[in-house]
Amino acid sequence: MWEHFHHLADIGVRGTAATIEEAFEDAAFALMAVICDPGKVVPKTAVEIRCDAPEPDILLADWLNALIYEMDVRKMLFSKFRVHIDGETLSAVAWGEKADPARHQTAVEVKAATYMELKVVKTSDGQWIAQCVVDV
Amino acid sequence: MDRKLVKQRSDYKWLLERSGKMRVDGIIYASEALIAEMDNKVAEQIRNVASLPGIVAASFAMPDAHWGYGFCIGGVGAFDPGQDGIISAGGVGFDIACGVRTLHTGLKLKDIEHRKADIADKLFGRIPAGVGSTGKLKLTPQKLDEVLTGGAVWAVEQGFGIPRDLRFIESGGRMRGADPAYVSKEAKKRQEEEMGTLGSGNHYLEVQQVIEIYDEPVAKAFGIELGDIKISIHCGSRGLGHQIGTDYLKQMTLAAKSAGLELPERELACAPLDSQVGRSYLSAMRSGINCALANRQILTHLVREAMAEILPQADIQLLYDVSHNTCQEEEHSIDGKKKKVFVHRKGATRAFGPGSPDLPEEYRTIGQPVLIGGTMGTASYILVGGPQSESLSLGSSCHGAGRQMSRTAATKQWHGKDVARKLEQQGILIRSASVRGLAEEAPGAYKDVSEVVEVSHAAGLATKVAKLVPLICVKG
Repeated sequence: MWEHFHHLADIGVRGTAATIEEAFEDAAFALMAVICDPGKVVPKTAVEIRCDAPEPDILLADWLNALIYEMDVRKMLFSKFRVHIDGETLSAVAWGEKADPARHQTAVEVKAATYMELKVVKTSDGQWIAQCVVDV
Repeated sequence: MDRKLVKQRSDYKWLLERSGKMRVDGIIYASEALIAEMDNKVAEQIRNVASLPGIVAASFAMPDAHWGYGFCIGGVGAFDPGQDGIISAGGVGFDIACGVRTLHTGLKLKDIEHRKADIADKLFGRIPAGVGSTGKLKLTPQKLDEVLTGGAVWAVEQGFGIPRDLRFIESGGRMRGADPAYVSKEAKKRQEEEMGTLGSGNHYLEVQQVIEIYDEPVAKAFGIELGDIKISIHCGSRGLGHQIGTDYLKQMTLAAKSAGLELPERELACAPLDSQVGRSYLSAMRSGINCALANRQILTHLVREAMAEILPQADIQLLYDVSHNTCQEEEHSIDGKKKKVFVHRKGATRAFGPGSPDLPEEYRTIGQPVLIGGTMGTASYILVGGPQSESLSLGSSCHGAGRQMSRTAATKQWHGKDVARKLEQQGILIRSASVRGLAEEAPGAYKDVSEVVEVSHAAGLATKVAKLVPLICVKG
């Protein structure tokens, strides 16, 4: 499940799922929903992403920042993600297409995933939560 | 804000007394009304900054202070390298040297009112804006390195402007001490096609009319008359700046752990100025400043080209260019002695008073223009750095009003097309790549900037010179 949470100047993104990887995928979807309607993005082109970080929450920030980087340099938007985490390493594939502002109704660029409200935790009912505030 | 967190020292000065780990006091410049509106987190962040090594004077917050990343937005903190002072990526932010540039046009309303729609369309067609937009320049890595060391000076040398422009930009349009070797290849890759682009969100290009003059002699010195048409640009260092912020926030966070620096919050990640990470960030951040200065210079060139095609009698000249997310090495009087310190202004504008050598000759006896942006539907202001700003706030002032409503709430409240229609009924033409973006940037989503400006004026940080209203607004 993905959602946005309130932050006055910017916006929080959150993924909640049964596994940490799915929570990261849902957080990525929430990131896309800040920028556009992900339902309008056709997942036709694959981009591989890899990042490393010593802590799961910094790994989340790195993952989202890697997506922001790829969107910026490829002028793409994404709507489908497959994440694999092995220790401190995340390897993933993101699928999307070239950004078309009119069709995708893009709202705003995301500057970065921040460390504000940054959290990757497993709750007592076994759900993983992955969240942070993104700077728009 | 809970009134128990602060002590009122005068009408517009509020104290957070030094306590616990704080090395200096916290000082907020605000009215009763603004203090009441501020979240408690602002006080917490002021205290956190006040506890960082090497901080001098005080941990300041400007009248528009609100919850930020590490530093509050509107936060100012200066650090002495001789006292193990730090530099903080969070104290500058992701949009390094985001700022405002205001241009004279030599025009009055009568010159443009019958051509407003044409001007709006021409500017919208000429200025790249919005998600995925690219500039006309495609830079090789070598050329980009020249931008990062040369700033607006580089841009003028390439034909994007005139030498006079440079005198009306902070630091003469070029931040010294930049070193592109400390900017990652990812940051440079992001910028390859983004030079001369406006961005999105709260960035804009506005055609404005001066509707009120508060200080005739200063307005005259700045070249402002009632009824003047001005053009203002609000944007920053684009993808390069954002990536520098991202890269160094992580480096500083990880380095802080190994250096034994206890961070009250991770966004306050910092490093000693006298450390490899600190020096590297300083070099990279200065490169980011140059990127922003070059970007606004190229946009100015595009404005000149566009206006020349539609109104050849326009004479576009630079009034001034200010940045509001920077860390600058400056000389200030600290405890009665002149000292070189590193001043972070996070969502705060430099506001040097009369006599500052960094000001162009035309303004040196007057003070520095301080350009405060409003929303699409509300006024912007031009202020001047007050003679007391040095002693009050290390020569700092506000930068604009913050949001009072989240982006999500704004899109539930308004539809972008209705926002544009309503503004058009008020005589303000909007051109935007994004309907949803317009809803998020609706004027009602922002606080009233006039209260912030009144307090800056009354507190003596920067005093009012002129009020401008938007006629045309180009958004990304």
